Amino acid sequence: MKSTAQALPATAADLPAPNRWGNRIFEGMTMLSVVILGVCFVCAAYVLVEGAWLAIHTYGWSFLTSQQWNPVTENFGALPFIFGTVVSAAIALLIAVPLSIGTAIFLTDLAPLWMRQPLTSVIEMLAAVPSVIWGLWGLFVLMPWLHDHPYTWLNKHFGSIPIFGGPIEGSGSCIMSAGIIVAIMILPIVTSVSREILRAVPDLQREAAYGLGATRWEVTRIAVLSYARRGLLGAAVLGLGRALGETMAVTMVVGNSPKIHASLLQPGWTLASVIANQFGEASDDLQRSVLFEIGLVLVGVTIVVNIGALILIKSIETPGTRRA
Amino acid sequence: MSATYDQYRKAKSHCMSGLAVFCAVMVVMPLVLVLFYLLKMGFSSLNWAFFTQLPNADPEGSGGGMANAIVGTLELMVIALVLGVPVGLLGGIFLSEYGGEKTNGFVRFAADVLNGVPSIVWGMVGYTLVVVPMHGYSAFAGGVALAFIMIPLVLRTTEEVLVLVPGAYREAGLALGIPRWKITVHIVLRTAFKGLVTGVLLALGRIAGETAPILFTALGNPNWNNSLKEPIAALPIQIYYYAISPFPDQNRQAWAGALVLIGIVFLLSASVRIIAGRRKKA
Repeated sequence: MKSTAQALPATAADLPAPNRWGNRIFEGMTMLSVVILGVCFVCAAYVLVEGAWLAIHTYGWSFLTSQQWNPVTENFGALPFIFGTVVSAAIALLIAVPLSIGTAIFLTDLAPLWMRQPLTSVIEMLAAVPSVIWGLWGLFVLMPWLHDHPYTWLNKHFGSIPIFGGPIEGSGSCIMSAGIIVAIMILPIVTSVSREILRAVPDLQREAAYGLGATRWEVTRIAVLSYARRGLLGAAVLGLGRALGETMAVTMVVGNSPKIHASLLQPGWTLASVIANQFGEASDDLQRSVLFEIGLVLVGVTIVVNIGALILIKSIETPGTRRA
Repeated sequence: MSATYDQYRKAKSHCMSGLAVFCAVMVVMPLVLVLFYLLKMGFSSLNWAFFTQLPNADPEGSGGGMANAIVGTLELMVIALVLGVPVGLLGGIFLSEYGGEKTNGFVRFAADVLNGVPSIVWGMVGYTLVVVPMHGYSAFAGGVALAFIMIPLVLRTTEEVLVLVPGAYREAGLALGIPRWKITVHIVLRTAFKGLVTGVLLALGRIAGETAPILFTALGNPNWNNSLKEPIAALPIQIYYYAISPFPDQNRQAWAGALVLIGIVFLLSASVRIIAGRRKKA
């Protein structure tokens, strides 16, 4: 029991002054962490720009348009990699976006309730598979199958069309393979973002369409998809951002050839995979600087694409919309 | 509208539903195929020797294991955790407890941008900032590169979890005269603990499989790693090199290594699910 001799404070002014140092130190620690985050940002920018400086000075803008890749004569150009990146990403999007949106529609509208959680878990597991394992599987399982079945058939019967022409590699390494593997890798993220977008569509939209006598597909098409159009575009652009940066799986299946071929069935190279391949072996400063410049191009494009995606997605996900 | 037009509309609707089912099946198939082949090609190679021996020095020979790579992956995860989690955690606390509207917008934006940077770039950053000054590849460099990936990730997940703690808890603490930092540490963090742990585990699962950032920072090591300043072997790098190697025995070991790696990743995901408990209905 407290001694009764101790007088209780009469007013708030009698209370001992609160110790504010704990608060200040803690808040300072959190602010320091945010500063460190900013430092990460600056580090990445600085390292890339500083590393690329030599190459930028040596080649200027022609770096982005030149097709040369000759370590001996020190003649480098990034066009083949830009081409490879763009084409493989395009193939990946063409395959993945329809499949993902279809799956998202299935998950939000058609799937029985007991199936939704397991299916979502399966898609999350798909996202967790590391890139190098997709590369391993692609190298030993998918590519031989692709080579033996679609590629040979396409090359034989449609070889006169440029995109299916040319002699194909026995291993199946080509831009098409890279596109397919990247498609598999971006399926999870495009699906889950699409699903969130579709769930953000107010129930009222669907109910109104049903009330007017629309069939299930018509409800989806008219009430849901047109409402969610911008968000779904954002999901696709997010997938694009992921696709641009895929490195390991691509480098194992793309064939690593610094030439631009019109045919999808021929090998190529992408910005990310050429860095992975060559960085450890770059024999001199100029070559390494070239790789930094490629990294700079890659990061620049990826950041712009990701910002675009975030803007599109945020424009539909507003708080307070009823979820399906 | 005539009856046949309605029939057409209904048929079209069923068709599209079938298409949606097809899409869902196509999305699930790659996972099934990958797991099937990993088990088929890798399971038989998982023996005691694989888990305890070093890689065979002779590339054409058979036998040898990936013990150093398995331990190396765990070691790199610990280094990245130690470097990255405190920063990410405190940063997330800043976003949810302190900071103004505009500052927080900037910080969130920066974190989202950093989350989208291809991981190979962090490898280049780690190379320039750690490998070059230290004149050598090292486990520390690998950990730094992986920490760069962890920081924005943990920051965003921490913030998302802390924001869910009801404001009433904080207000109750304030009403009792508890200093603000104690409220954050003892009340808010404790309430959100499960979510924080799952966020960290998810980030760990992500970096366990990362290859590109450690390719030219940690490099890989045919032997055991004895110090933070030496190169270190890691499962993803080992799998990569063995997969592209021309020697069939190394290819076989690549499959086994991949099976172990995916085991680690799925174990982390499973822990997340167990800790988070039952999720809300989809």
